[in-house]
Amino acid sequence: MTVLVFLDHDDGVIRQASRSAIAAAAKLGDVDVLVTGADAAKAAAAIPGVKKVLQVTDTSGNSELAEPMAALLADLAGGYTHILAASSATSKNVLPRAAALLDVQPIPDIIAVNDADTFVRPIYAGSALATVKSADAKKVITVRASAFDPVPAEGGNAVIEEVALPAGPGGSTFISTELSQSERPELESARVVVSGGRGMQNEENFKLLDPLADRLGAAIGASRAAVDAGFVPNEYQVGQTGKIVAPELYIALGISGAIQHLAGMKDSRVIVAINKDPEAPIFQVADYGIVGDLFTVLPQLEAELDKAG
Amino acid sequence: MKVLVPVKRVLDYNIKARVKADGSGVETAGFKMSINPFDEIAVEEAVRLKEKGVVTEIVAVSIGEAKAQDTLRTAMAMGADRSILVETDTVTEPLSVAKVLKALVEKEKPDLVILGKQAIDDDMNATGQMLAGLLGRPQATFASKVEVADGAVTVTREIDGGLQTVKLALPAIITADLRLNEPRYASLPNIMKARKKPLEKITPADLGVDMTPRLSVISVAEPPERKAGVKLDSAAELVSRLRNEAKVI
Ligand SMILES: Cc1cc2nc3c(=O)[nH]c(=O)nc-3n(C[C@H](O)[C@H](O)[C@H](O)COP(=O)(O)OP(=O)(O)OC[C@H]3O[C@@H](n4cnc5c(N)ncnc54)[C@H](O)[C@@H]3O)c2cc1C
Ligand SMILES: Nc1ncnc2c1ncn2[C@@H]1O[C@H](COP(=O)(O)O)[C@@H](O)[C@H]1O
Repeated sequence: MTVLVFLDHDDGVIRQASRSAIAAAAKLGDVDVLVTGADAAKAAAAIPGVKKVLQVTDTSGNSELAEPMAALLADLAGGYTHILAASSATSKNVLPRAAALLDVQPIPDIIAVNDADTFVRPIYAGSALATVKSADAKKVITVRASAFDPVPAEGGNAVIEEVALPAGPGGSTFISTELSQSERPELESARVVVSGGRGMQNEENFKLLDPLADRLGAAIGASRAAVDAGFVPNEYQVGQTGKIVAPELYIALGISGAIQHLAGMKDSRVIVAINKDPEAPIFQVADYGIVGDLFTVLPQLEAELDKAG
Repeated sequence: MKVLVPVKRVLDYNIKARVKADGSGVETAGFKMSINPFDEIAVEEAVRLKEKGVVTEIVAVSIGEAKAQDTLRTAMAMGADRSILVETDTVTEPLSVAKVLKALVEKEKPDLVILGKQAIDDDMNATGQMLAGLLGRPQATFASKVEVADGAVTVTREIDGGLQTVKLALPAIITADLRLNEPRYASLPNIMKARKKPLEKITPADLGVDMTPRLSVISVAEPPERKAGVKLDSAAELVSRLRNEAKVI
């Protein structure tokens, strides 16, 4: 069996989540990968275990569109038993469309591979885990990266083959992307995540999390309430409908712990909650909690971290 | 311009789903069921386009049990003009739903289909993309802004690193993200009026669609339970525990 993994990259660097998808794919068979651009193709070729890299040569806005990408995946699918990608905004845009072209029901967000047809995936915001078996001849799968240890980035030497992007059905034009600039680690692969909720009160106060995140080398996340209130941009949202994270340490400040938020972070190894309401549901999943005003606790925490060195 | 809005009846988002004792699925009997929150946003967007004079007719569609009528009445109370119930007792999945919707699109010829980005029960996030694929039409998923002008729709999409803008020629498919709008509450008079709006009932067989699921559920289990830990009195103790006990800093 040979499996095709569609990779995401940032400026030519293959995202860690995609290396987790390769780890999941390796349980199913030999791995070929599909990626856009020459730099990313080179980086992909260095990943151990990758047999062949298919490099999409068109790096224009068209490669950002679901229509041609899905058409390409459907064209390539003939040679593969499974098509996988890490769960991301890109893969969720493209893979279901490709699956429709192949008359296949996709299997999103798997957290385990039982065998070539059987997978485990969370449903109902992670309140239940379903083991599902696919009757389709081909499988189209997205992988929850936090459930699979990523394969290393270096050590392999795969061949690179160029592929052209088909025209797609047309009608869709890429206009622009606005990416937020951040020096911080990527939310989904950060070792530590510091997240703020409605309790942060406003955009100004939300910035008070920066010094704490700096000290811990952490990424910054947020609840939906904080995003909706405009404290931070949408890509900070952690939860059922935002990003799924599972860092070593997750610190939630002023977040109540709604089920939809927990869905995105309850697999973190250690959870810390700081909340003034002792009854907040976040404390039911927190390993360590402090009941108190976050604006008082935050500076104390920084001071203690500095003391401890 | 005509808009089709697919709406799914799901376990209310405030209710924590419980796994059935026999592990065959999730308990829904006796719990409050509601319109999928993203579909409420999709209906709201269609209604706003109608209020702006861009849209002339909104048709809500639901595929599922007879009780999905309640969901369609909710959509009509918010402002949908009429609705279609495609009645089936078979579990729906995005592929079968997309096939039903494709057949309805071919019949109703809407200029725009606005779906939710995700049903909060199966968490698939697939139906809109699949419908667009089956129809060979342009798609814009995870929409946080929608502007219709001159036979095209410009959509701002929520992506991993920020926002993306795409322009689609009509007819097109859009899926709604959380920040597209804040849905209105249906007023009592509108709820009353919705009872009299037309609701057509058909079956998948009428549309020639085979609903047999491709995914079979082998079992459903509770996720590993997390236990509440300890409450600490000071930041000093927290730092000490994180360092010496949890060893994460
Ligand atoms: C379809 C759907 C999808 C959703 N998806 C997501 C998702 O992906 N992610 C997500 O996060 N939410 C999601 N939600 C929203 C979710 O239901 C909650 O509304 C949201 O998580 C609440 O955010 P919050 O905890 O910041 O706000 P609140 O629930 O308002 O909690 C604020 C907390 O801050 C505490 N607080 C206030 N001031 C202070 C202070 N000075 N010091 C200490 N503590 C303080 C309060 O005690 C309270 O517990 C979704 C909802 C729906 C319907
Ligand atoms: N049974 C259904 N009836 C009507 N609409 C549905 C149904 N299932 C899914 N949808 C639509 O497809 C969207 C995405 O659902 P899903 O792909 O299952 O996450 C939902 O928000 C609805 O708009």
